[in-house]
Amino acid sequence: MKLESRIPSGPIEKKWDNCRFDMKLVNPANKRKYSVIVVGTGLAGGAAAATLGELGYNVLCFSHHDSPRRAHSIAAQGGINAAKNYCNDGDSIYRLFYDTVKGGDFRAREANVYRLAQISVGIIDQCVAQGVPFAREYGGTLSNRSFGGAQVSRTFYARGQTGQQLLLGAYQALERQIDAGSVKMFTRREMLDLIVIDGVARGIVTRDMGTGKLEVTIADAVVLGTGGYGNVFYLSTNAKNSNATAIWRAYKRGAAFGNPCFTQIHPTCIPVSGDYQSKLTLMSESLRNDGRIWVPLKKGDARAADQIPEAERDYFLERRYPSFGNLVPRDVASRNAKMVCDEGRGVGPGGYGVYLDFADSIRRLGASTIRERYGNLFEMYDRITGEDPYSVPMRIYPAVHYTMGGLWVDYRLQSTIPGLFVIGEANFSDHGANRLGASALMQGLADGYFVLPYTIGDYLANTKLAKADESHVAAREALGNVENLTKKMLGIRGKRTVDSFHKELGKYMWEYCGMARTDKGLQFAMGKIAELREEYWKNVNILGSNEEINQSLERAGRVADFIELGELMCRDALERRESCGGHFREEWQTPEGEAQRDDENFSHAAAWLYQGDGKTPERLVEPLEFEYVHPSQRSYK
Amino acid sequence: MKITLHVWRQKDRNAQGKLVRYECPNVSEHMSFLEMLDVLNEDLTTKGEDPVAFEHDCREGICGSCGIVINGVAHGPMPGTTVCQLHMRHFKDGDELYLEPWRAKAFPVMKDLIVDRGAFDRIIAAGGYISVPAGSAPDGNAIPVPKEDSDRAMDAAQCIGCGACVAACPNASASLFTSAKISHLGLLPQGQPERYERALNMVQQMTIEEFGACGNIGECEAVCPKRISIENIARMHRDYMNGAFSARPNAEAGSAG
Ligand SMILES: Cc1cc2nc3c(=O)[nH]c(=O)nc-3n(C[C@H](O)[C@H](O)[C@H](O)COP(=O)(O)OP(=O)(O)OC[C@H]3O[C@@H](n4cnc5c(N)ncnc54)[C@H](O)[C@@H]3O)c2cc1C
Ligand code: SF4
Ligand code: FES
Repeated sequence: MKLESRIPSGPIEKKWDNCRFDMKLVNPANKRKYSVIVVGTGLAGGAAAATLGELGYNVLCFSHHDSPRRAHSIAAQGGINAAKNYCNDGDSIYRLFYDTVKGGDFRAREANVYRLAQISVGIIDQCVAQGVPFAREYGGTLSNRSFGGAQVSRTFYARGQTGQQLLLGAYQALERQIDAGSVKMFTRREMLDLIVIDGVARGIVTRDMGTGKLEVTIADAVVLGTGGYGNVFYLSTNAKNSNATAIWRAYKRGAAFGNPCFTQIHPTCIPVSGDYQSKLTLMSESLRNDGRIWVPLKKGDARAADQIPEAERDYFLERRYPSFGNLVPRDVASRNAKMVCDEGRGVGPGGYGVYLDFADSIRRLGASTIRERYGNLFEMYDRITGEDPYSVPMRIYPAVHYTMGGLWVDYRLQSTIPGLFVIGEANFSDHGANRLGASALMQGLADGYFVLPYTIGDYLANTKLAKADESHVAAREALGNVENLTKKMLGIRGKRTVDSFHKELGKYMWEYCGMARTDKGLQFAMGKIAELREEYWKNVNILGSNEEINQSLERAGRVADFIELGELMCRDALERRESCGGHFREEWQTPEGEAQRDDENFSHAAAWLYQGDGKTPERLVEPLEFEYVHPSQRSYK
Repeated sequence: MKITLHVWRQKDRNAQGKLVRYECPNVSEHMSFLEMLDVLNEDLTTKGEDPVAFEHDCREGICGSCGIVINGVAHGPMPGTTVCQLHMRHFKDGDELYLEPWRAKAFPVMKDLIVDRGAFDRIIAAGGYISVPAGSAPDGNAIPVPKEDSDRAMDAAQCIGCGACVAACPNASASLFTSAKISHLGLLPQGQPERYERALNMVQQMTIEEFGACGNIGECEAVCPKRISIENIARMHRDYMNGAFSARPNAEAGSAG
């Protein structure tokens, strides 16, 4: 198979226009005759389902949550980027495009990123009109702030709850369509398989999580907006129920998986406090504007922070990166924190933490200014750790936060299975090897409100689909597949809980496929994960039955998929013999210890095609061409 | 520390439920409340007993999934805090805690501590939105919004839809939740065209869902993890009255021939 990216012709600023003009339209009266399945109601899925409903399609929308409003997008804090240039500080579509391609360390498709920057402008308009209460200036205009990786202020925000407000906007638009009857909503339904008929995606198998009933739904196209897979690491900033099952099962039906090893590790999260730890909490990146990061100079220095004199502290980011200091990009900050902790200089219980110290800023600006800027974050920190950051430095450590990888899609967001579209964090598209802050929300909404609704119309208008229903052999095969899997899992009754497997997987992933990766480590991890997988299918203990609410069973399917995905991530990391963005291979670094790209051999996206259980998947390659932004070595010294 | 739990166990919607006693012998003060339940569930599973079902997701106090009544208080003893953000350092060694689901006719129990809050979605669907299809919006700065209005709208918009207000209300009224949305949209210029009709439709839906009437008791505000103010309820009543008086059949569109 060859990957066809279908990038439209013409100069970059005209590509999206050209593409829209070339696309066939569906006659408004005919839209009702097409049914579209949308899985997921986050920013991407929620926006897509609402918009398709507004356009007149017959939409069937699914979520494993009890309400569409609970999708994990709700937790995004910081903000959303848009090239509005409201601050008159020299921003433009081109600059947002440039920053995103560079921030992604030249591993994203230029045409997609440009379109994203173009569309960003309309997203803000749409959200304001929906009633999203963005922060405002006293004159009544919208307020902006700056974010990592950019020199302009282009981030729109709603206090520390931007994701919540954007999602509620999409959710309300969706509920309006549900009320109007154009969208049929299925909550507490988990997609467990994709139905492919004559080579095209035509339906899904879901489990009703309230009753256990397995259901088949057939439609004319399928859209997945099912979010990221950061929970493969067990501990991450993702919500507990975020999972990879929908995209993983689609992968097994032939959708290629793009750049699975590209994960983002966020530098400022609250460190692990004990082995009961269930998730990690993000502390906004904005804290690095006023906090100074340091560790003791001496190994194993057990003194309290205020007992360590200035001369015995190492402000390692300021020392190594004098021009960016504490504001280096996420991947660089994370890697350096790991380095000093590995040297034995970490702080706090377990030694995996560094200080983020506000003492200097408080002295300089006064506690009340700091409270005004970060009050709610300090309160959250205090609530979780029981420590007061106004008087003792915060302890932070990097944590898994976002997955740039995901199902491979072409310019029109279609996967390698015709009729299967993938949007939001679930696809691999726009962020290359590292995502800039405040750009995931932008991408999710761009995909959902403004890209997919056009491209899916073109697909439907150009495709003749055979009649099919639940009794089709492919549908029955998929249903049988899920039934067997469920029976098999429930029949094991082994000795270990699902979570114990998940935690063990997380340890291997974090250790060997986390912030620093090596050939040897990755091979070792793949061996361990294969053993874990084997043990899983012999020794996992899932109580209860299918015909009830069974949270262990829900988790069991997801963990089984994570184990397989973890192996693929290691394989991808192993094959990418270079360092770029969040993917740091110790063998490829500059003499100063920075990521060393290999553009000659790896200026491409890798997409893995499933070949059957136990077989090595095929590695497909989409070459990346940079016509506009010339690849350079990122330097933050 | 050692904590004794009495947890509401109920197999499904139709089963009889009862409180069951569990001992948690090794609770760390740094654990969150839900992490204590995680550990309990790991132990139960290992012993071959059905783990306790409870709803949760973000564990950061924002998704609104979690919700447990602890010793009679929705979300437990810490004000402004969801149960997922409640830490065990606020309890003492030897404490005995009673854990129950939200109790309201409109929120049927599905299993153990999980209830069905679908009624909230239907209240939003009845009018909790601004009708603006994708693509039809003017420039974001076209309508200036006074900062104060925007801030007050945001105060109301912070509601996470957890349902604690209903659980705490002796009448199981959904007024705080519904009024928060009516205020959020009604305080903004974008929300004016549909303002009164919205209030009318949402309040009517609240009644259809069999939530009780508001008796101005204020328990809702006391337990609300987002500190949504009961002032919103007064605003809802005003907008509702306005809507009820001006309600008339929709004017026919495009009849000019
Ligand atoms: C703590 C945190 C803070 C963040 N802050 C920011 C920020 O400030 N700015 C920014 O730009 N980005 C931020 N991000 C990233 C951003 O929030 C996410 O990338 C984005 O919201 C993902 O949206 P989505 O629509 O793709 O997926 P999600 O919002 O995760 O939605 C997934 C949906 O799919 C459904 N689903 C999943 N699997 C299945 C299945 N098998 N069956 C049925 N339904 C399923 C779920 O129910 C849900 O509705 C943050 C992320 C985190 C974790
Ligand atoms: S008003 Fe408060 S208690 Fe009620 S649903 Fe909203 S956040 Fe929860
Ligand atoms: S789990 Fe999300 S609010 Fe508690």
